[in-house]
Amino acid sequence: MEYLKLIGILIIVLGFVFKLNVIFTVILSGFITALVAGISVPEFLTILGENFIKQRIVSLFIITLPVIGLSEKYGLRHSAEKIVKKRDNLSPGLLFSAYLLFREIAGFLAMRIGGLIQFIRPILYPMAEASYEKFNGSISEDEREKLKARAAAVENYANFFAQNTFVGASGVLLIVGQMETLGYEVTNAEIAANSLPIAFICLVLGVIIYILGDRKIRRAK
Amino acid sequence: MNIFGMPAAEFFPKFMEFIFIVMGIQFFYTAFRVLRIRDNDPKRITTIIFWVILGVLFAFGKLIPPMIAGILVVIIGILSLINGIVVIGSVENDEKDSIDGSNRLGNKIFIPVILMAVLAIVFAKLIPESGSSILGFTAIIGVIVAMIMTKSGVSEMMKQSDRLVQQVGAISILPQLLGALGAIFTAAGVGEVIAGIIKGVIPTVSPMSGSIAYVLGMVIFTAIMGNAFAAFTVITAGIGVPFVMAQGGDPAIAGALAMTAGYCGTLLTPMAGNFNILPIGVLNMSDKNGVIKEQAPFAIIMIIAHILLMRYWAF
Repeated sequence: MEYLKLIGILIIVLGFVFKLNVIFTVILSGFITALVAGISVPEFLTILGENFIKQRIVSLFIITLPVIGLSEKYGLRHSAEKIVKKRDNLSPGLLFSAYLLFREIAGFLAMRIGGLIQFIRPILYPMAEASYEKFNGSISEDEREKLKARAAAVENYANFFAQNTFVGASGVLLIVGQMETLGYEVTNAEIAANSLPIAFICLVLGVIIYILGDRKIRRAK
Repeated sequence: MNIFGMPAAEFFPKFMEFIFIVMGIQFFYTAFRVLRIRDNDPKRITTIIFWVILGVLFAFGKLIPPMIAGILVVIIGILSLINGIVVIGSVENDEKDSIDGSNRLGNKIFIPVILMAVLAIVFAKLIPESGSSILGFTAIIGVIVAMIMTKSGVSEMMKQSDRLVQQVGAISILPQLLGALGAIFTAAGVGEVIAGIIKGVIPTVSPMSGSIAYVLGMVIFTAIMGNAFAAFTVITAGIGVPFVMAQGGDPAIAGALAMTAGYCGTLLTPMAGNFNILPIGVLNMSDKNGVIKEQAPFAIIMIIAHILLMRYWAF
């Protein structure tokens, strides 16, 4: 029964819906999927261990925590606040829009940026929070949570939808390679150029959302 | 290019391993911080075990047999299930230090973080072979500059490391774990089953139904596997070729759109741990689905844009 292999996906979905322990749910999902697919327990443990070690790079941000921690201890947030307070028109929406543009250009120029750790947590988010407080007068726990999500999302939008505008992006290389395997001649430059409209739509859509967000704050005030 | 008498392509994987050892030391230090608190909380012991295991997996990852590593990961899962990992013994920052520091250093306080980010970009351009390991190197430069500027010693720096390591907590390993789950899904052949289902539900063959199938196929497959690259190879061969390209869709346009369509799926799934779950830890959020909720409307509009572009531009 082929469809039985999808049980792991069901476990993940149920786990997230019912807010079960996420780490355990993920391991359980992998374990059951392996059993259904006829992968033995030692084999499962080997694949799990091997890939966990291989994926250590995903956790690279841990090494940046000391510099962020020290900077935070000695006033990173207060200094970000001061910058925002000095400039009257620096709204959260303007900050997010500027970052979206900057990050898309960085993608086009093939700058590798781990934006969440390097920019969002230490710089953009503290500024956005200070700016929100300035415009709104205060910030509730709920609003703070939403602002954090917005700050994390802007990095993802720009990263995803602008990265293929660079001719050497790994996504572009994969498209060219796969199309070749399937018998279609396409070039890196074509794929990069054809990725521009989506990068532009992403920018426009983001800016609209951020302008609407600013309006909501002003109206509430 | 040679570094320490080694070709760059050989040097950087070794350097990366060194960075993982440094990260291991950060985890061991956190275990030590928890250990030195004389507290009878039974969760103290499970917390220490957790950080020691993580330290071992990072510092000695290359040396331990994969199966042992797998067993250690399962132990972490059990510790997490019994809620055995808690924040104990980390320092709390004094508001006064922060205000004083900001008054004294002003905008200079941004220098270490910006230096870390900008140098990483510059070095990556100069030495393409460096890969991601370069961020580890510039993080070390950043922390040294920060220590000099704030006149902090090693122990203070490590206390800050511990504060944030504990704040990020167990969730930090989730992206890694989801990556491993993706590998298990691939080994089990989950991808082929899904591609078969999507193919089965396409009613009639037309440019519109083909565009919808190719775009949604990428979205759904990526959301399930957490990886648009894996989706692209399977869905392009299974759906893109017969339903879009064979009908006259331009492969250079349809291919480019299909890949970014996959990224719309990435915005929607907890499986893309390093994009949607990692921020929960890094920004200290309480709602585990908060990032996905924020991204969902954006992703849906982008999906529609992809379908329309594929239908009216690629054809």
